[in-house]
Amino acid sequence: MKRFSIFSLAANALSGHRKWAPTWRDASPRPGYDIIIVGGGGHGLATAYYLAKVHGITNVAVIEKGWIGGGNAGRNTTIIRSNYGLAGNGPFYEWSMKLWEGLEQELNYNAMVSQRGVLNLYHSDGQRDAYARRGNAMRMHGVDAELLDRDAVRRMAPFLDFEGARFPIQGGLLQRRGGTARHDAVVWGYARAASALGVDIIQNCEVTGFVTDNGGAITGVETSRGTIRAGKTGIAVAGNSSRVAAMAGLRLPIESHVLQAFVSEGLKPVIPGVITFGMGHFYISQSDKGGLVFGGDIDGYNSYAQRGNLPVVQDVCEGGMALMPMIGKARVLRSWGGIMDMTMDGSPIIDRSPVDGLWLNAGWCYGGFKATPASGWCFAHLLATETPHETATAYRLDRFATGDVIDEKGAGAQANLH
Amino acid sequence: MSRLPTGGLIDRTKPLAFSFDGKRYTGFAGDTLASALLANDIRLVARSFKYHRPRGILTAGSEEPNALVTIGRGAHAEPNTRATTLPLFDGLEASSQNRWPSLDHDLLSINGILSPLFVAGFYYKTFMWPAALWEKLYEPLIRRAAGLGALSMEPDPAEYDADHGFCDLLVVGAGPAGLAAALAAGRAGQRVLLVDEDVRPGGRLLAERHEIDGNSALDWVDATIAELASLPNVRILSRTILFGAYDGGTYGAVENGRRLWKIVARRAILATGAIERPLVFAGNDIPGVMTASAVQAYATRWGVAPGKRIAIFTTSDSGLKVAADLAAIGIEPVTVIDARDGMLVTRAIGGKALKAIELSDGRRIAVDTLAMAGGWNPSVGLGCNLGARPNWSEAIGAYLLDSPPGGMIMAGAAAGAFGLGAAIASGIEAAGGGMPVPATSEDPSGSRPLWHVPHSRGKAFVDYQHDVTDKDVALAAREGFTSVEHMKRYTTLGMATDQGKTGQVNGNALLAIATGKTMSEAGTILSRPPYLPVSIGVLAGHHRGEHFKPVRHTSGHAWALENGATFVDTGQWKRAQWFARPGERDWLETVSREVTATRTGVGICDVSTLGKIDVHGPDASTLLDRLYVNIFSTLPVGRARYGLMLREDGFVMDDGTTTRFAEDRFYVTTTTVNAARIMQHIDFARQVLWPELDVQATSVTEQWATYAIAGPRSRALLAKLLPDLDLSNEALPYMGAMEFHWQGVTARIFRLSFSGEMAFELAVPAHHGDRLIRALFEAGRVLGVAPYGTEALGVMRIEKGHPAGNELNGQTTATDLGMGRMLSRKKDFIGRVMAARPALVNPARPTLVGIHPVDPARRLRAGGHLLAKGAAPVAANDQGHVTSVCYSPTLGHWIGLALLANGPARHGERIIVHDPIRDGDTEVEVVNPVFVDPEGVRVRG
Ligand SMILES: Cc1cc2nc3c(=O)[nH]c(=O)nc-3n(C[C@H](O)[C@H](O)[C@H](O)COP(=O)(O)OP(=O)(O)OC[C@H]3O[C@@H](n4cnc5c(N)ncnc54)[C@H](O)[C@@H]3O)c2cc1C
Repeated sequence: MKRFSIFSLAANALSGHRKWAPTWRDASPRPGYDIIIVGGGGHGLATAYYLAKVHGITNVAVIEKGWIGGGNAGRNTTIIRSNYGLAGNGPFYEWSMKLWEGLEQELNYNAMVSQRGVLNLYHSDGQRDAYARRGNAMRMHGVDAELLDRDAVRRMAPFLDFEGARFPIQGGLLQRRGGTARHDAVVWGYARAASALGVDIIQNCEVTGFVTDNGGAITGVETSRGTIRAGKTGIAVAGNSSRVAAMAGLRLPIESHVLQAFVSEGLKPVIPGVITFGMGHFYISQSDKGGLVFGGDIDGYNSYAQRGNLPVVQDVCEGGMALMPMIGKARVLRSWGGIMDMTMDGSPIIDRSPVDGLWLNAGWCYGGFKATPASGWCFAHLLATETPHETATAYRLDRFATGDVIDEKGAGAQANLH
Repeated sequence: MSRLPTGGLIDRTKPLAFSFDGKRYTGFAGDTLASALLANDIRLVARSFKYHRPRGILTAGSEEPNALVTIGRGAHAEPNTRATTLPLFDGLEASSQNRWPSLDHDLLSINGILSPLFVAGFYYKTFMWPAALWEKLYEPLIRRAAGLGALSMEPDPAEYDADHGFCDLLVVGAGPAGLAAALAAGRAGQRVLLVDEDVRPGGRLLAERHEIDGNSALDWVDATIAELASLPNVRILSRTILFGAYDGGTYGAVENGRRLWKIVARRAILATGAIERPLVFAGNDIPGVMTASAVQAYATRWGVAPGKRIAIFTTSDSGLKVAADLAAIGIEPVTVIDARDGMLVTRAIGGKALKAIELSDGRRIAVDTLAMAGGWNPSVGLGCNLGARPNWSEAIGAYLLDSPPGGMIMAGAAAGAFGLGAAIASGIEAAGGGMPVPATSEDPSGSRPLWHVPHSRGKAFVDYQHDVTDKDVALAAREGFTSVEHMKRYTTLGMATDQGKTGQVNGNALLAIATGKTMSEAGTILSRPPYLPVSIGVLAGHHRGEHFKPVRHTSGHAWALENGATFVDTGQWKRAQWFARPGERDWLETVSREVTATRTGVGICDVSTLGKIDVHGPDASTLLDRLYVNIFSTLPVGRARYGLMLREDGFVMDDGTTTRFAEDRFYVTTTTVNAARIMQHIDFARQVLWPELDVQATSVTEQWATYAIAGPRSRALLAKLLPDLDLSNEALPYMGAMEFHWQGVTARIFRLSFSGEMAFELAVPAHHGDRLIRALFEAGRVLGVAPYGTEALGVMRIEKGHPAGNELNGQTTATDLGMGRMLSRKKDFIGRVMAARPALVNPARPTLVGIHPVDPARRLRAGGHLLAKGAAPVAANDQGHVTSVCYSPTLGHWIGLALLANGPARHGERIIVHDPIRDGDTEVEVVNPVFVDPEGVRVRG
């Protein structure tokens, strides 16, 4: 892998940029691998990278049905944070944040990890108490957290509606280390680094079934480009988790839901970090190109179609105008939808499956982008060592049977409420 | 002045004054800002995003990537407005964007000099060292340069509204195909809605010279519109952007930028026309280089000669038609270069304005305008919103949507029918026929794509606004970004405000060339809503400020207002939080007074917001037994019982009292916030789980006004109000209820208490609530009755250890809340099995306790975590958290409820409340959560 730097850029400029190599090798499938990861999103690619880098396992393929990053990895609103309240989540997301903080140097790729802060607003005493509980839990996990009052919020974001708001802002929970990262660059950076270590990245290759031995253990995958054998198969297919698991006869505690997101035309930067509304479904940040990147609630019905509908478009914009009426004249440039793998408690699963040879990384809901580095790290750890990583011990598949659910919102076993 | 002496669809009797960058000009009614700028010889209108190159007007439509301006000032400023579609109005103030200090002298054009470094994706390769500088230096610099126009930072003062449209046929686009389709369907009696983004229907017929039935095509347009206007079943929406197609035949549109339309159509004809492709050669972005169709439009529709010396560079017959149209109105082009004859423009020369072009034979011709006719891209975008993919048609050299989703039909140029006659015929056919196709003048519409001019030295732009060049596309391919989606994301081609309308197809083609693929193999991206950008404000409509969500008032609201209440939002309800009296220092003094007044005398609280559900029918008690953890079938008529509901997953969902008014009639109450959710839950149970049960449920939350009358003198107060009613313990014992008449209306009285005092709840139909609250206070005056609000209510419930919102947080079990004994073993109920899962019955779970500070002067705060004394403040030692706190005027110090691991066994222990996010640590003693009257003597009176 040729290192990127301002010097390599300048040197290449002199040769008219004709000497750059492909960012990753576009591999064709070989007959078999030690480990196959199904799904070339952020999680799949990160898993492959850490398998090679941390565990020295390089006979690995990432199999992607379309183009890498074409799923949720390239559709999300790029928020990263570790502001979780429950013990099962806190250490994992903080580990992810630590990995984000060193990601560019680790991958030698500028993923534009930008810690401009994540501010969750509260509008009632009850919400304040819940945020205090959460903020204290964060601090006890060694995570930064501040509880701001109304004046402090106003200093940070004077453009919020502090005058005629239906639900006046009382304050907010701030994680300064939260922020955003450039989602595509995360995908490309992991792909480049994994490929350089020998991982095969195979695009336009859809997994259509599993190969099993007589004992029912999975020994490979059937794909649109032929059968590929595997010592172990890990699935990291996000919104398609229930579909792919069904090919192995598994029914997961997951429902697929559509989540929309929006970006405005480019505008001079006005939004400092990430801001979330506590009384409507709306959150926003502004990209380095100037687009307002925002979203809200899921559409609410089960779907595999990567698009949503008008009621939620309106709901999100209503939330935006209620929170910051200065954005009224900003125009929505694009909207899109992604398919969320929503679990029954809103938390993910990184575990061995009941089927031998098949390993699960699923259930990321609308919050798996921030998890990308740690998800890859922990899934690689599990695949390599067959024991869960210390920060991911709670993400077991059987927690729904034992009741050890990790339900941050307290919404219960109704996937669309998380 | 470039205004032609005659011609154009402008009203020369109506001059309009406008300004651009502070200079004043005039145009005419019928102009767009772009045509008026051109008429005033203004060529330089903007700067590009990355290199800050000088840019002029490229097109005459909504696909314009360059000519974006901010119009208006202050809070009214609208950034990124396309000059090409903005109708000129008197007093219009426009200014250029993203340049400093001025449009003419933009210092950031230095980026152009650095362009050898600033190639596609360069930022992924640098700005990494040292890591800390990203947030401190690199990113702030990048962000300073980011964006086009600026928001005013002030609340948007515009008024928006919304409307609904229903029709048999939605026709999108009022060009020849759309007009013909609308007319055919309109004559056939269908309900037709015809929408067009332009202020004036006609489409390309406004900009080109054609004949229909032997007359000017404009006569046909006028006649068609006149007939459509006369049909009661047809409606035309002009200046309306149809921005998206959604599931179920739903479409979103924005009229005039101010009104959101939700349209439901049985069928839709997309007669959305086509967009002309620019050509890719060096200097193709110099002001004065325009699409040929734009040159034609400015001359024909607006009577403006975009230049004095115009050359045409074409790959298609439409370029020749432009030459002919220009000649017909007296603007003879200097030269026509037809690429199909082997001649090419290899370079455009100029800085802020075009000076000359260089041809492949080495000639240099002085021109000030170059019209590019690169062929046409059918506008198939809306048809792709639901996932249909366009296919490359080799025959016409463009993407077509062969199989649009059900209910959608492509027509006219959007369907590849480029000739006028063919377009009209396809519109009529799409509408179901039944109308003759008029005779039209025919011009050839052949074309041969030319994706870029080879050996063209200098920057050749594919995506104008984002400064993506042909070399950037090649670089992306070289670096492995070989799928169109990767190329788009890596180069940002197609992500500018024109959403790829001018550059995407050229980009796809260049990628295909770079990767040795065919156009089919290279593929294209899927267009997603909005088809054209629409404002956040119009999508939100009225729902902002105080109108964001409805406000719900109880019938006691007016009375509370008159009596000095401070209100708090509880869901959508406004509830009285407290009733301050003159001289009180702060809310705490007020609330303490209300608590003491109630506990020692009598207080009244409006509790109308609690959810109320009538459950009625022979199987009512069976249903309630299954919903609640405890039994209701044994509840005698005239009695109320406290009930607890679990979710399916075994955690507590809600609580409340339910009263039986007849064998088959129950009155269920819920917490205020869960009212709707419990109603849904009951309906789900009735309709999905047990449809065989004969039982109805009706929300009556808003039908009843309910007041709690609490305190030792509550009975005395009611005795004055209701002298004829026997309220003795015998007639109305604790948890008793009865119906009676008060001043001729049905009323209900319940002997319920949330405060722990002897208390009643009195309910009347909501529109008598105001009368009742006044009567209650009248009756209580001599007893010193005090109103109390939600805060005092909260204090009294904490003093009594009743769980509420902060404890019913969706994460607690019945046992956690000290109510494990309520779980009936005699029957099944929702959540029973799941509540028995190991983690839910783990004895070490945090369980409800009371706490009070060891130092009585200290205050408590909810949200603190619990640590054993001496334990390090780390997550591993976390033993629970404080859920609710208050200052107890009854006890004279702060108290709290908390969920503490193994809590009930730890009464008397001293522990630490750890609250690093606020004021640190407080030592507290663990106690029984019922602080006041633990034996419950007082409620029984
Ligand atoms: C609109 C939106 C906004 C979001 N915002 C945020 C946010 O702000 N912060 C945050 O943390 N998270 C966010 N998320 C969630 C986050 O994007 C996902 O949780 C995360 O990307 C999922 O992991 P992934 O990257 O591996 O998934 P994906 O990128 O979806 O990867 C899965 C891959 O599997 C492939 N695949 C599926 N089936 C097969 C098959 N049979 N064979 C081969 N390959 C297959 C898919 O093509 C896909 O590329 C958001 C999601 C959406 C849609």
